[in-house]
Amino acid sequence: MILAILTISLMAGFFGLILGYAAIRFKVEGNPIVDRIDALLPQTQCGQCTYAGCRPYAEAIANGEAPINQCPPGGAATIVALADLLEVEALEANDEHGEHHEIPLVAIIDEQTCIGCTLCIQACPVDAILGSAKHMHTVITDECTGCELCLPPCPVDCIDMIPVRQTIDDWKWTAPKARPDLAHEY
Amino acid sequence: MNTKAWSIKLHPMYGGLQLEDHKTGSLTQGLQQASLPPQLLLPLKQHIGVTNKALVRPGDRVLRGQLIADSSSPISSPLHAPTSGWIREIAAHPVPHPSWQSDTCIVIDVDGKDEVLPSHAVDTQNLSVTKFIKLIHDAGIVGLGGASFPTSPKISRGDNLGIETLIINGVECEPYITCDDILMQTYTDEVINGIAWLQRILKPASTLIGIEDNKPEAIKAMKQALSAGNLDNTHVVDIPTIYPSGGEKQLIQILTGKEIPKAKLAFDIGLFCQNVGTCAAISRALDQNQPLISRIVTLSGDGIRQPGNWEVRLGTPISHLIELAGGYLDNQARRHLVMGGPMMGFSLSGDQVPIVKASNNILIMQQQTIPQAPGDHAECIRCSRCADVCPAQLLPQQLYWHARAGAYDKTEEFNLFDCIECGCCSTVCPSEIPLVQYYRTAKSEIRAAQQAKFKSDRARIRFEFREKRLLLRKQQEEERRRLKREALKKKIPQVLNDDSVIDPVQAALARVKAKKQEQPVANPPKNTTNLSAAQQRQIKEADARRRTAHEQRA
Repeated sequence: MILAILTISLMAGFFGLILGYAAIRFKVEGNPIVDRIDALLPQTQCGQCTYAGCRPYAEAIANGEAPINQCPPGGAATIVALADLLEVEALEANDEHGEHHEIPLVAIIDEQTCIGCTLCIQACPVDAILGSAKHMHTVITDECTGCELCLPPCPVDCIDMIPVRQTIDDWKWTAPKARPDLAHEY
Repeated sequence: MNTKAWSIKLHPMYGGLQLEDHKTGSLTQGLQQASLPPQLLLPLKQHIGVTNKALVRPGDRVLRGQLIADSSSPISSPLHAPTSGWIREIAAHPVPHPSWQSDTCIVIDVDGKDEVLPSHAVDTQNLSVTKFIKLIHDAGIVGLGGASFPTSPKISRGDNLGIETLIINGVECEPYITCDDILMQTYTDEVINGIAWLQRILKPASTLIGIEDNKPEAIKAMKQALSAGNLDNTHVVDIPTIYPSGGEKQLIQILTGKEIPKAKLAFDIGLFCQNVGTCAAISRALDQNQPLISRIVTLSGDGIRQPGNWEVRLGTPISHLIELAGGYLDNQARRHLVMGGPMMGFSLSGDQVPIVKASNNILIMQQQTIPQAPGDHAECIRCSRCADVCPAQLLPQQLYWHARAGAYDKTEEFNLFDCIECGCCSTVCPSEIPLVQYYRTAKSEIRAAQQAKFKSDRARIRFEFREKRLLLRKQQEEERRRLKREALKKKIPQVLNDDSVIDPVQAALARVKAKKQEQPVANPPKNTTNLSAAQQRQIKEADARRRTAHEQRA
């Protein structure tokens, strides 16, 4: 009886030590689920989800503070990907946060009207606007995420959102459709 | 030579189909030279890779062989003026593309003089391999088998890798197409010279020229040319006619029995494959100093009056060629144009589109053979015939289910990107499911998603960098303020140290307070006290004057 208790206690202590060592040795820095959620978000950094960027939203989702349907730029595809990752139900996109554009938008500055106030440069979350005080500003189209954050600060309203120019290389094949009612002759 | 003594064991390829070849129609006549059309339309991008930039402007005069568009990217191929003329415009025009969309083209008004750009011949005897590869790039040479991948990056990757076997692809397995057949018969020497150049660059141990056995004339011509004995260890191999034996991987398997591992290239197993048309183009570039400005195009199908092969300047509208070939068989009938063969080709938006570097065949059919967007189809009956014929040993049915459901990650697991889009599965499908269309859709969706991912990763990096920068600036600003505050703290005690007053405000207040206490509150002294007798008298006189003045005025 005593021997059995002793043996079990010793084993418990031994395994406890192994577990304790493993917890220190293989400690995971940061929250990996946040990284994985962040990787699925479109990184427009637009803040339409009411969070200050894609990563804060990812953190909110990971903490269960925000639903997965608050990202308009990501659209339905992002919701499905998030639902797959988190093993939750894919929700309908929440219209309150904004509208999803099938062809992404980019900002364009009307360079005739721009007064060079630098307000849009300060608003751009990805440094995609080039210019300096009292000099013309322009958008680096390839880097623009279409977040629209540069629109409200502009005092002369010279920034427009236009759909990304589609080239022949962006063209995609369309899938055929199956029609179950087409009868077989077999 | 001892060609009879030499023999090779052929290996079977997987799957494949025996198709009716329909090749005799276009072979009744030899190669014909197409006349110059009044206008040439040259799409800026005629290769796989980065789009060229136009180097000419509307109104410029160009000569034959002049460079008119180029790109700095290594995966690109420059474009040359196919004849002399004037640049009319650089604008969007319909191009041969499955999307039927327009793309930027250089339009040349042909002046009919066909004036050549004067160029000095290159001494090709003492040139380095690197220089050869540059010459091939500068001549605008791309793979002329149909894929139009730039040839120079392909060769430069194979350089110094120890190529065991150089494989020359003269298979031309797709029905209706005969341009390589006629090329091997007509320009045999150029093909042989091109192979010699490749051998000089790549130094292969042996060279195999694969030709399907339904091209006896081409085999005869090539064997005859080889019998002159200018090339070492080079042999023509006639292979059985089975589609798609002309695919690079399939031809390699048939000739060597080797399979290219997934995500590897032919070099990785010591092989290099090049099309016969490309060989001829290399010879023209290096021996005759002539860039790629023309190619051989087959006109075939049941909708054309005189099928045949034409040597055509790039940019020639297809309508011009069809006119040369006697026009459509029935002008009233519904007709259908396809670029490429009936298996891998795609339908064209009309006959106004130009011949490009990739145009090996123009199929003119009375019936619709390859619709641009396939219509609805019946359901899969799981007969698995598609799996039997797949030359890449894939599972077309599984790919189909997943592609149809939009589960593109699953299609990748089933090796979607090993699909060569040969069309065998679609051809044998009893439900006539356009399987390849599904695979192409899945491929383009996956590529688009990869591009979006690439873009979002860049945005994340830029966003995080900006956050870091702003934080750093804020910290620096705070640090600056802190240092200033500390400096001030140190400065104030030094100045007022003797008075032992620390705060200047408190000191000022204290001074005011002290002053107030010093002053007597009542009876402050006036300026009329303690006056002398003379001053008293002066005041009295002044008062008297003022009084009299007042009375007089009253």
